[in-house]
Amino acid sequence: MKIDPILTRAGDWLSGGSRHPIVISSRVRLARNLAKLPFPGWAKKSERVRILEEIKPEVDLLPAIKDGFSEQLNELTATEKQVLVERHLISREHAAKGMGSAVVINPPQTISIMINEEDHLRMQAITCGLDLEKTFQMIDEIDTALEAQLDFAFDEELGYLTACPTNVGTGMRASAMVHLPGLVLGEQINQVVNSVNKIGLAVRGLYGEGTEAMGNLFQVSNQTTLGEKEDQIIERLQKVIETLIQRETQARESLLATKRTTLMDQIGRAYGILTHAYSISSKEALNLISILRLGIDLGFFPEEGRAIINQLLMDTQPAHLQNLSQQKLAAEERDHLRADIVRERLKKFPRPPNTKSPGQ
Amino acid sequence: MICDVCKTHTATVYLTQIVDGNMKKINLCESCSKEKGVADPTGFALADLLLGLGENQQVEQVTQTEHCPVCGFTQADFKKTGRLGCSTCYNTFSDALGSLIKAMHKGTQHTGKIPARLYRDLARTDRLNELRKHLEDAVSKEDYEKAANLRDEIRQLEGGRSQPI
Ligand SMILES: [Zn+2]
Ligand SMILES: [Zn+2]
Repeated sequence: MKIDPILTRAGDWLSGGSRHPIVISSRVRLARNLAKLPFPGWAKKSERVRILEEIKPEVDLLPAIKDGFSEQLNELTATEKQVLVERHLISREHAAKGMGSAVVINPPQTISIMINEEDHLRMQAITCGLDLEKTFQMIDEIDTALEAQLDFAFDEELGYLTACPTNVGTGMRASAMVHLPGLVLGEQINQVVNSVNKIGLAVRGLYGEGTEAMGNLFQVSNQTTLGEKEDQIIERLQKVIETLIQRETQARESLLATKRTTLMDQIGRAYGILTHAYSISSKEALNLISILRLGIDLGFFPEEGRAIINQLLMDTQPAHLQNLSQQKLAAEERDHLRADIVRERLKKFPRPPNTKSPGQ
Repeated sequence: MICDVCKTHTATVYLTQIVDGNMKKINLCESCSKEKGVADPTGFALADLLLGLGENQQVEQVTQTEHCPVCGFTQADFKKTGRLGCSTCYNTFSDALGSLIKAMHKGTQHTGKIPARLYRDLARTDRLNELRKHLEDAVSKEDYEKAANLRDEIRQLEGGRSQPI
């Protein structure tokens, strides 16, 4: 499979499956290394190539990866790599790699395997909505299949050994991408972020920090990996996410009850700007699209609008625009193209109500 | 390499001594070497006393910056990058890493997934320990027939030992 189908089609975690109003996606990543071989950051180029040659054929043979996309990073353009970053299929660090590193992605883009990132193997599953358990199982199966073929570095006391000591033990990072416009608009977000961080889980803006988080998108994840079983970590994270959902729902209800006019004003303005702008930055677009999404959640727009919104979240990102235009764009040209695409897509998007009661 | 004195910490001081033409080596961790005064060149005799090696003839001290035997990584490299060189580095620098890992994580003992190959090894070790206990029991009760059966079973299990991971 060439990269084109990946670039032209959104992954299942964004376009398909369950639709959760608050949790956009669930992700679980495992870090693994081959025993007694230098980690990618310390290995010489020739060693990295040899390690890649040992791992990649085994990954390519996985039934779950059949007909997927598998490529060495030196074969991809900077834009192609950046698109994969924006899709959450590879990390920013991995995009900077070239010779001796590779990425393997299954056709629905729910599993991606980075070879020679910070660790020899970084394997992740990403699914739509809130289902950390299923997401873990997906990647656990891949790990089990690979460990039968590869000799993973493991210590009875420290568990899986990783390049960075922050990942030893399970080598697992489980996370959820959550949309919290209610808490941001209600000015409760910093308090919530601080209280979650205190219990050993991390909440950070997906793009930017705290109230500066673009698009009101946040990522919640475990910070520790040693001393707890995988399912214990996931259970703890799940509980915190449920609390976040509860707090966000309450914040939205309270906004509807006490600041209904302000809320509708924001939604109306977001719609107005997005449908009439001729130049819009990535940050502004993301923030306004987030408000339209909130409008759908609250019943101001019909549910059909959600697919358009989700697609726009991806397609308005810099590398996605770059890839679409097929030529080098200056920042200003990107803002123009972004506005053109948003206006075009929102032609099919229903107008917001012009009275204050929802669901007209 | 483990300290020859406390048998727990990683050795950072290596002493080599020639006794009657035979080379003897002793490896000490930092705290034990200080405690025994090995860091002080005039205190070398202490190392001899310690190991009962007799008169010291030729001693050289190799307090080197420790390199990982597999990948050549040093602690200075770790301070620079915050990443280790290879999985064996966890052994090489276990002294320094121990407290760091303890501060970073919820616990110090992995309780999660174990690679299936190793899991089978651990299960066999458990079973062997159990059988050896039964064997002791049987012998003390002079149940020799049972003891013989247990011994066979143990021998069979031991023969099937796979390579440690
Ligand atoms: Zn010692
Ligand atoms: Zn090493």
